[in-house]
Amino acid sequence: MRLDTDPYLQRYADRVLGLSASEIRALFAVASRPEVVSFAGGMPATSALDMEAVEDVVATVVRDSGATALQYGGGQGRAELRECLVEVMAEEGVPAHADDLVVTVGGQQALELVAKCFLNAGDVVLSEGPTYVGGIGAMTSHQAEVRHVGMDADGMRIDLLEEELAKLAAEGRSAKYVYTIPNHQNPAGVSLSIPRRQRLAELAESHDLLILEDNPYGLLDFAGEVRPSLRSLIPDRVVYVGTMSKTFAPGVRTGWVAAPAPIRDKLVLLREAADLCQSNLTQMVVESWLTTQPWREQVKHFTTVYREKSEVMLAALADEMPEGVHWTTPLGAFYIWLTVPRGIDTSDLLAKAVRHRVAYVPGRGFYADGAGGNQARLCFSYPEIDRIHEGVSRLGEVLHEELELVRAVFGDDAPQLRPHTAANDHGVGG
Amino acid sequence: MTEPTAVAVLSGGTSLERDVSLRSGGRVADALADLGHHVTHLDVGADLVRTLEDGGFDTAFLALHGSAGEDGTVQSLLELIGLAYTGPDVLASSLAWNKPIAQGLFGRAGIDVPARVTLSQQAFRELGAAAAVDRIASVLGRPLVVKPARGGSSLGLSIVEDPAGLPQAIVGALSYADVVLMEEFIDGTEVAVTVLDGEALPPVEIQPKEGAYDFRARYTAGATEFHAPARLDPDVLAACRGVAVDAYTSVGARHISRADLIVDTDGRPWLLELDTCPGLTTTSLAPMAAAAADLSFASLCDRLVSLALRDATA
Repeated sequence: MRLDTDPYLQRYADRVLGLSASEIRALFAVASRPEVVSFAGGMPATSALDMEAVEDVVATVVRDSGATALQYGGGQGRAELRECLVEVMAEEGVPAHADDLVVTVGGQQALELVAKCFLNAGDVVLSEGPTYVGGIGAMTSHQAEVRHVGMDADGMRIDLLEEELAKLAAEGRSAKYVYTIPNHQNPAGVSLSIPRRQRLAELAESHDLLILEDNPYGLLDFAGEVRPSLRSLIPDRVVYVGTMSKTFAPGVRTGWVAAPAPIRDKLVLLREAADLCQSNLTQMVVESWLTTQPWREQVKHFTTVYREKSEVMLAALADEMPEGVHWTTPLGAFYIWLTVPRGIDTSDLLAKAVRHRVAYVPGRGFYADGAGGNQARLCFSYPEIDRIHEGVSRLGEVLHEELELVRAVFGDDAPQLRPHTAANDHGVGG
Repeated sequence: MTEPTAVAVLSGGTSLERDVSLRSGGRVADALADLGHHVTHLDVGADLVRTLEDGGFDTAFLALHGSAGEDGTVQSLLELIGLAYTGPDVLASSLAWNKPIAQGLFGRAGIDVPARVTLSQQAFRELGAAAAVDRIASVLGRPLVVKPARGGSSLGLSIVEDPAGLPQAIVGALSYADVVLMEEFIDGTEVAVTVLDGEALPPVEIQPKEGAYDFRARYTAGATEFHAPARLDPDVLAACRGVAVDAYTSVGARHISRADLIVDTDGRPWLLELDTCPGLTTTSLAPMAAAAADLSFASLCDRLVSLALRDATA
């Protein structure tokens, strides 16, 4: 008797066939236990919210507008909310009208809808390497080929982008779009420099590029610095994605996309096909939050909390990490990107780290091409300060032990632990 | 079925196999509840003993995989507080959990086991084992199998073709346990034989659609093809059942175990390992073996509950 564990296999679409169980995902199940200090999930510090204010906002919405809040809404999202979101964008000098926006279920739905809108199987997208796991997932679930462009401390290397574009042209192909997170990038923790933004804008014009600008972290700069958005430079060539997940709360699942009108119309139709509309209830909660509460002060408070946590993690890393380990210094948001000596595989090492009760995300998850084996993302936004100390100390122990083990096992071949290349001195490349 | 019983289904915990264990436990809890048992599904943690002492349970159903749940630790606690439990006892669990010791016992019992080399982290750090790594491939041939000496679900397992890749595979396996086990690779048909209360269920043949039967092939529905009984000659099937029962007996197991075997091209079964808390997920082998013996998943779980109660009062 033949036993089928999945009798539906013949029916699946091609895009589903690559989806499979993974050891790393299984290990994250342990990372969620309270015994483990997790630097894995990129979770905002929702405990830093003024919960009484949130309670007030939610109660008021239900009391004053319950029937509307619990009704269906339109596919583009509430006009009143879009007006508020335009103001949020204005904080960073990103120009937009309410009509340019489509409200989405977090930034992630925007990334998914954009992928669905543009990508056929086999199409090429260029993206920073490393880049956001969920961004890669959105593109590869539509069977796109993601090609990475290397980064350094100033963000995506535009010279490498030009090289990739030339390679594509030589193959007689082109990129459907360029995916970038220009501010406090996830996972590398670096921002695209202002000259490079200019250069990217020029390149977009000269090479007829469409840019997907994903900006969850722009308002979380530790020094309050605001960098010009790509949308402000080349509005007709940019699809811009924003989210309330980091400036308010991910639980309200409210993001948005701002796009040129023809693209916006397609996105509204795609979104209606996907889930009809955003929840009116959460839209009205966000609306009320933005119109009745001092939300700019809340963002400042978040930023202060994250800056303190980042300083604690950086100091702990300096104290605890063995020689040969490098990391980026974030100027905002949530992440530090760690590079360990070659010979240590951060995917393999995760099991040992979890046994030592500390977790991170191995670097490979942030590349579509299997790179990043000696890199890892540490997220400092969620754990409390004393847990950050404890976790980095455990991670230091694990890495010291692993380096010693690698030297012992490789014996005379230990030059595997070779010094970093020039590219790695910037602390981002693989 | 058994009289309605208060069952604590234990799963989760902090072992590396937490995820698989939660899936096993959820499925068991649903099946037992459907049969009318009073089921509490517990994620084991620091409050376990207190919860079990205060919970008024008749028995614990162990759906724990990996350290603590499978190595005798939880079994020892349950004996201390006097609660019946499913699966092998403390000694049998701890023997099978330590793969090098278990393989030694099986060899002594006359069961064919692959040639192997066991090395600890300490051997590398303090005793210069690296200088002997070159010998491993000459002793075991190639390809060879590198895996942690403890734990299941193929975590940390790799098959090394080129000896140059051996150090990396060793370091990888040592992330999962402090001892690494290297074995000769036996080419043949992969077969799992579940033993239920001393009797072998039909052997299940495992045929991954691509590559090895690794974590992905184990837990992605549809990634592996299974046949039960395995498509082997009747005498070979009988030999597989015999090896599984011998393995069960030689560690002193009770209730359930699963023997993972390779039947080589001459039809000879080799024992790779014995799992004393086999997976009970929708892609797991023990439930398939039960189905091939006309025993539904719920009946299999119910049977294990009745065995726990029987042995508690014995």
